Amino acid sequence: MFFSKLKNSALASGILYSALFIACSNSYADVEAEKTTSSTADHSKFEILQEQFATGPDVTKACLSCHTEASKQLHKTKHWNWTFTNPDTGQEVGKKSIINNYCLAINKNYARCTSCHIGYGWKDKDFDFTSQENVDCLVCHDTTDTYKKFPTAAGHPTYKDKAFPKGSKKIWKAPDLSHIAQNVGPPRRENCGACHFYGGGGDGVKHGDLDSSMTNPDKQLDVHMGVDGLNFTCTECHSTDGHDIKGSRFNITAKDTHGIDIPGRDDHSRASCESCHGMTPHPETINNKINDHTDKVACVTCHIPTYARGGVATKMWWDWSTAGKKDADGKLIKMKNDKGQLTYFTKKGSFTWGQDLVPEYDWLSGNIRYKQLDEKIDPGQVVALNTFSGSYDDPDARIWPFKIMRGKQPYDKVNNTLTLLHLFGKEKTAYWKSYNWNSAIKAAMDEAQANYSGEYGFIETTLHWPLAHMVAPKEQSLSCGECHSKEGRLANLTDFYLPGRDNNKWLDIIGWLAVFGTLGGVSLHGLIRYFFAKRRRKQ
Amino acid sequence: MSRVIMYSGFERFWHWALAVLILILLLTGFNIHGTYHIVSFEQAVNIHIITSWLLMGLLVFTLFWHMVTGEWKQYIPSSTNKLMAMMKYYALDIFLGGGHPHHKTRQSKLNPMQRMAYLSLHIAITPVTWISGLLYLYYPYWDNIGIGSWSLGMIAFVHTAAAFAMLAFLIVHLYLALTTSEERLGYLKAMLHGYEKE
Repeated sequence: MFFSKLKNSALASGILYSALFIACSNSYADVEAEKTTSSTADHSKFEILQEQFATGPDVTKACLSCHTEASKQLHKTKHWNWTFTNPDTGQEVGKKSIINNYCLAINKNYARCTSCHIGYGWKDKDFDFTSQENVDCLVCHDTTDTYKKFPTAAGHPTYKDKAFPKGSKKIWKAPDLSHIAQNVGPPRRENCGACHFYGGGGDGVKHGDLDSSMTNPDKQLDVHMGVDGLNFTCTECHSTDGHDIKGSRFNITAKDTHGIDIPGRDDHSRASCESCHGMTPHPETINNKINDHTDKVACVTCHIPTYARGGVATKMWWDWSTAGKKDADGKLIKMKNDKGQLTYFTKKGSFTWGQDLVPEYDWLSGNIRYKQLDEKIDPGQVVALNTFSGSYDDPDARIWPFKIMRGKQPYDKVNNTLTLLHLFGKEKTAYWKSYNWNSAIKAAMDEAQANYSGEYGFIETTLHWPLAHMVAPKEQSLSCGECHSKEGRLANLTDFYLPGRDNNKWLDIIGWLAVFGTLGGVSLHGLIRYFFAKRRRKQ
Repeated sequence: MSRVIMYSGFERFWHWALAVLILILLLTGFNIHGTYHIVSFEQAVNIHIITSWLLMGLLVFTLFWHMVTGEWKQYIPSSTNKLMAMMKYYALDIFLGGGHPHHKTRQSKLNPMQRMAYLSLHIAITPVTWISGLLYLYYPYWDNIGIGSWSLGMIAFVHTAAAFAMLAFLIVHLYLALTTSEERLGYLKAMLHGYEKE
């Protein structure tokens, strides 16, 4: 009896303890496991996915047999169209039309650029945007990490093992499409990262706050996405509605006064800090100045102390004007610095790179515009490829952190316009075939039906990238003195009075004159008193 | 001449509390201003805000004390003649060892120049510092009281100007308080133990 009681209580406490243990060790791994099993469908059990697929579009057809509306949804998105009408400006933007200072634009370079298109076969300007089967489901929904779009196949993966770069020993394996189709799931960081971490031609090149270190970041690198912390996927914030993904730099929400999103009255977008944290996110203390700053300072300005700090460098300068040099044997030249970063390549020109970089800051309220191909530029000035509104007096503007990509790129010397550049392809006009600027520019301009005079020069340009990722843990956020000081981070934003940085020069001069004058006055007064008193004592 | 309690316990308390608070406010204020960097900007702002609330609290009590005890009358300006005599004393007689024109008593602690100086401190420098300081502290809410178009630079100018005035005042105050008593450091001692000859 006694023993059975003891046994029972031992059993009971054992259960209790294990329950407690489970409750306490409800680790992120468990949450992750729960997430991936939250689906009500096991795709490996669908017969249609068990066939051997010859091509990507064949997989899509199988997907569409159940997900009948999926392609139609995607046809409405920026991811598919690469074009977007900014509702603020009415301007047509998107990767299809904007010009950057990396590889300039997609015209004539389709098959290379569209290896990051969520479709199959966009190899020239006649791509059929109404095709349902040419939507690539797998690039976003693969969970096996074996699906890869081939770099030069217009969005297709390779269907037989193939070397890339051509003639190299790096073999790209043909993916097992059937296996991948049976293992689809919600997009993970790997899926989004496959394109967004590698934009501009390589790891970390483009954004600065997005690179392969964000695939499995720790929370020091990104407090939300850290695998040792909240372990957010991209879509946790970039929420989706019918495959339309929120949070685009083309019409950025510089200040989300909407605050915390509540079902029923939210803006269906969690792609702002305020969506979860509200406009007064800091604990209220007697010094409530930090909450007071949210009207004029974007959260990321203080909470991204530096960017490109995951160990992957980002490109800061790209000078096309030096491209085309070959060595004595007529071979392409590749130069690297002591960090192993490419600093010169015949195909592309000269570069500089940076890591752990302090952002540049500017007022941003929105109204982001991209320089159009037919817009005049001033060849005497550095040309801003994108501009935006914002100032201290603009109530919708806040100070934002930016990566500013700088470089030199070709322009039309007679028309004073930007130009495009045919880089990739088998045709002779491709710069990477013949290294002839004129024919490369002309071919791309002709394709865009743009006017090219035949005379090119090189012009310095800037491209602003608002930073929103690599949010550091709060302990690493900026201290007040980073900006509130004479040579601080905001030294260039001079359209307002910043305590600690600014003062009225005349007030300081007159003030200190008054103070030291008073000090001198009383000292003199005292000295004279001392002198007279001494004389009186002598007498 | 008799030794009387010239400064009551409360007076001594508020004098020294005020002294400490004003010193901290000046030190942290010029730290915020960027004149030097003894502590970080954030620490300076934290201390400045806490100290300013303590100061405002103290001054509310003190104002109440002055009203209830009638001590506010000590600040009523003297006649111009008396003021001129006082000025003549500081400008001339003090060197020659002449007699002080004011006889300090419990009822009339302040000489005509002190009356003038402290009155201007109370009705000019202090309120200007308070109002500009509070506006400075609550600048994001200016829109709510209809002064959204005011510039922070202007408010900072006024606040800093008041700080310079306070610092200059402090220098003169220290000079006179520490060097003009008959007994060596007599005024300082009186402000510590309260007793002074009447």
